[in-house]
Amino acid sequence: MSATLRVRVWRGGAEGAFREYAVPRHESQTVLDVVTYVQRHLDPTLAYRYACRVGMCGSCAMAVNGQPRWTCRTHVDKVAKGDRIELAPLKNLPVIRDLVTDMREFFDKWARAKGQFRGEKKRSDDFARISPASERRKLVDAAIECIGCAVCYSACDVAAWNPDYLGPAALNRAWTLVNDERDAQQAARLRAVAGDAGCHSCHTHMSCTDRCPKALSPTAGIAGLKRAVAVAALKGGL
Amino acid sequence: MSVRGETRLWIAQRASAAVLALCVLVHLATMIYAVRGGLTGAEILARTRGSGAWLAFYSVFVLAVTVHAPIGLRAVLAEWLGWRGRSRDAALLLFAMLLAWMGMRAVFGVFA
Amino acid sequence: MSKWVALVHRVSGIALALFLPAHFWVLGQGLAMDAFLKWTEQPLVKFAEWGLVLLLAAHLGGGLRVLALEFLPWRDWQKSLAAAAAALALGWGLAFALAL
Repeated sequence: MSATLRVRVWRGGAEGAFREYAVPRHESQTVLDVVTYVQRHLDPTLAYRYACRVGMCGSCAMAVNGQPRWTCRTHVDKVAKGDRIELAPLKNLPVIRDLVTDMREFFDKWARAKGQFRGEKKRSDDFARISPASERRKLVDAAIECIGCAVCYSACDVAAWNPDYLGPAALNRAWTLVNDERDAQQAARLRAVAGDAGCHSCHTHMSCTDRCPKALSPTAGIAGLKRAVAVAALKGGL
Repeated sequence: MSVRGETRLWIAQRASAAVLALCVLVHLATMIYAVRGGLTGAEILARTRGSGAWLAFYSVFVLAVTVHAPIGLRAVLAEWLGWRGRSRDAALLLFAMLLAWMGMRAVFGVFA
Repeated sequence: MSKWVALVHRVSGIALALFLPAHFWVLGQGLAMDAFLKWTEQPLVKFAEWGLVLLLAAHLGGGLRVLALEFLPWRDWQKSLAAAAAALALGWGLAFALAL
C-alpha cells in the first residue's frame, strides 16, 4: 500500500478539468475521508456534499472511478487503481460546481411520476387496515427504502439517452404507490408512468439494480408498472 | 404520440416477440437442418412449393416481423440518433409497409 | 452483465432489421435463386451466414430474457438471465457452425 493517493478531482461546471491532489493514505480510509482531506487541507474552494457520513442519507453520492457510489461507504482499498482514484460529479445531472450536481430535475421527475401519496380518508374515518403479509404490501416494502440519492438515476443509460425519461427512482417510488391500497390517484399515476418518458423506455440494463446502495431493484418495480399499465390499457382505463 | 398509443406499441412489441420466439426457433432449426450438405434452390422449393403449412407459417412470421422490427427501431432512433416525433413514426410506418410487401412477395415466391 | 446482453440485443436487432429487406429480396427472386445460392458457397459468405444465425440467436436469447423479466414475478434468479441468454445464443451459433 502506497503512502500517498493520487486523487483526480473534477473542478469546474459542465466545462472544467480534472485536477490532481496528493492525499496521505491510511488503513480503513473511505473516499469521503479523501475528498474531505482535499477540501480541508489542500483546496478549500472544492465543493462537495455529505451529511450523515454513515450511509443513511445518500448526500455523498458521486462518481468514483466512473461508477456512482456513496463515498462514505466506499473504502479506498476497494476502488483504488493502484494509488489512483478519480472523483467526478454524478452523471445525468447538471453540474453546479465541482462534485455538486443540481438535483432539481431528479426530484421534479419524482413528482411527475406521481410519486406522492394521496389518500381520501377523513380524520373521522377509521384507520386503513393493511396486513404487512399481504402480497401488495410485500411489494411495497421491497421498494420503499429509497432515500433519493440518485445513484440509480446516474447509472441509468436511458436517463443519459432520453432527457425526458423519468428514471428508476421516480418509477420505483410510483410502483410503491401503485401497490398502496390507500392511495386514491391510481389511474392518474398509471398515465403518468406510461409511455416513452416512463416505464416503457426501460430496456432492462439493470444498472440501477446493480448500483443501488440499498439493494433495491427498480427494474422489478418498472416491470410491474409495465404490467399494470398494459392491463389498464387493455381494459380501456388508461 | 399519446401514452395510450405508446402503451399499445409496447403491447404489440411484446406480443409479436412471443410469436417470433416460436417462429425463430422453428426457422433456426429448419436452417440448421436444411444447410447440411449444402443448400440448393430446388431443396428449398421442394419443401415450400404448394405447402399450405409453410405458407401459413411464413405469412405469420412476416406479419410478426412487420410489427416487431419498426417498433424496435423506434426506440433506437430516438435514443441514439435523437430522432423523435411524427417524421420518425411516419418513416417507420413506411419501413413496415416495405417489409410487409417484400416479405409477402418472398413468401409467395417460394410457395407458388 | 445485463447491460451488455441488452446492448447486444439492440445491435443484433438493428443488424437483423437492416438485413431483412435484402433477405426478402433474394427469396423473392424465385428461379434465379440457384445462381445466387452458388454465390453463397464462398467461405466468406458462409461465415456471414453463421454471423447472421448468431445475431438471430443472440436477439432471441436477449428477447426471452426481456420477456422473463417483464412478465414473470420478480425473483433473484432473474439476474442470471443475462448469462442464460448469452449461453443460448452461443449454443445455437455452435450448432449452426457444426451443420455448415
